[in-house]
Amino acid sequence: MKHARVIFEGREHTGIAHEFNGQADAAVRLDDGRVVPQEQLVWLPPLAPSPRPRTILALGLNYADHAKELEFKAPEEPLVFVKGQSTLIGHRQHTHRPAGVQFMHYECELAIVVGKTAKNVKRADAYDFIGGYTVANDYAIRDYLENWYRPNLRVKNRDTCTPLGPWFVDAADVPDPMALALKTTVNGTVTQQGSTRDMIFDVPFLIEYFSRFMTLSPGDLILTGTPDGVVDCEPGDVVICEIEHIGALVNTIDAA
Amino acid sequence: MSGNPHFMPAGTVYGTLLNFRAEFEALAPQMTQLPYKAPPKAPVLYVKTVNTWSPHGSAIAMPSSVSEVEVGASIGMVIGAEGDVEGFVLMNDLSIPHASFFRPPVKFKCVDGFLGIGPALRDAQEVADPAHFHVEVRINGALKQSIDFSQLVRPAQQLLADVGEFMTLAHGDVLMLGCDAGRPLARAGDRIEISAPGFEALSNTLVQEAAA
Repeated sequence: MKHARVIFEGREHTGIAHEFNGQADAAVRLDDGRVVPQEQLVWLPPLAPSPRPRTILALGLNYADHAKELEFKAPEEPLVFVKGQSTLIGHRQHTHRPAGVQFMHYECELAIVVGKTAKNVKRADAYDFIGGYTVANDYAIRDYLENWYRPNLRVKNRDTCTPLGPWFVDAADVPDPMALALKTTVNGTVTQQGSTRDMIFDVPFLIEYFSRFMTLSPGDLILTGTPDGVVDCEPGDVVICEIEHIGALVNTIDAA
Repeated sequence: MSGNPHFMPAGTVYGTLLNFRAEFEALAPQMTQLPYKAPPKAPVLYVKTVNTWSPHGSAIAMPSSVSEVEVGASIGMVIGAEGDVEGFVLMNDLSIPHASFFRPPVKFKCVDGFLGIGPALRDAQEVADPAHFHVEVRINGALKQSIDFSQLVRPAQQLLADVGEFMTLAHGDVLMLGCDAGRPLARAGDRIEISAPGFEALSNTLVQEAAA
């Protein structure tokens, strides 16, 4: 099942993906039974509100080709950073490009949503702890990179700079998370293509790695990194990050 | 503790590196060298994830692979509904000691239990100027560090303004003012007490986690 969290007619609803005009997932069937086309909804990150802030872990340089593109050798252990909740926005929302910057790029990423409390999980059991998946677009503003706790929060933790969605897809509905095609288009032109099979540290590894020193809780997120092919985006650009079986996350850049 | 629960943050807790003059000056000779290449321009922040939060009085487990942890006594600014500072709280920001500040410190700072909090929020109305804060760290009763918050590189309001340039601190978020140089090390069995005039003291004990 593909779950959404949306606002319609001023009220928050949950819903599930629904066919519309012959297109799969083009609408949402709301919790009250109404079917509403995607563009009539205000989309929220597809995660139930949590009483405490969720932990949002993100991987840098987790695809060999992206590591090469950025002139780094592939890391020997995961390059991890943490994001705050205020950076998250939903599908079909706007992301701000600060004035005067030279290079702001998207990063299409498979996002793992933790399904149950995970501590000291072994690789072989890792999938039992995953509730589902969604698509993240983990924007970076490279002008602000500094070599202190890099990637620093001014690059990676800005308001509106982590679109998430459209759907939370139950883990049971994703046949093999390590063989999903990823694709990004900017204004309809394909700029980034890859497969989750090219991750350096795969999903079971990451669950084992993190849960060795930190307890993961339901709703926590792991953003698993992005493949080669990131390009600069300007105000007005429409960026669509799509992952096979998960969904197509639409986002528009605007001027801050 | 029914009726008077310990303070716990409602939002994200951010720590600040290099915000004390002595801490900054100690690193200054390396700042123009690899891997840093230049001194930081913007505040250097990190996140203390929810799994790190330990209430006052609780035991904090050290991973079996670690024999000592660094005590990072600090004061957190708790953000109010209007984006103002609602109050201040003592924090024990523990780290596994690490020499490089090049990559994010997740495995050194986001270990389960590695942030002592509280016990109580001090209302911002009572505080004339955070530069007057004076914090003491005691381990097993012996004074190990004395921290003078007039020595901040970015005083409280400046830090808030500079962080606000690139991200919004939401209601319930906490921004720590930083940890000074000379952070004491502590071991399993130690009792760490962090105190400051006007605040209820924060104490935690360290215990060794059994080998997995």
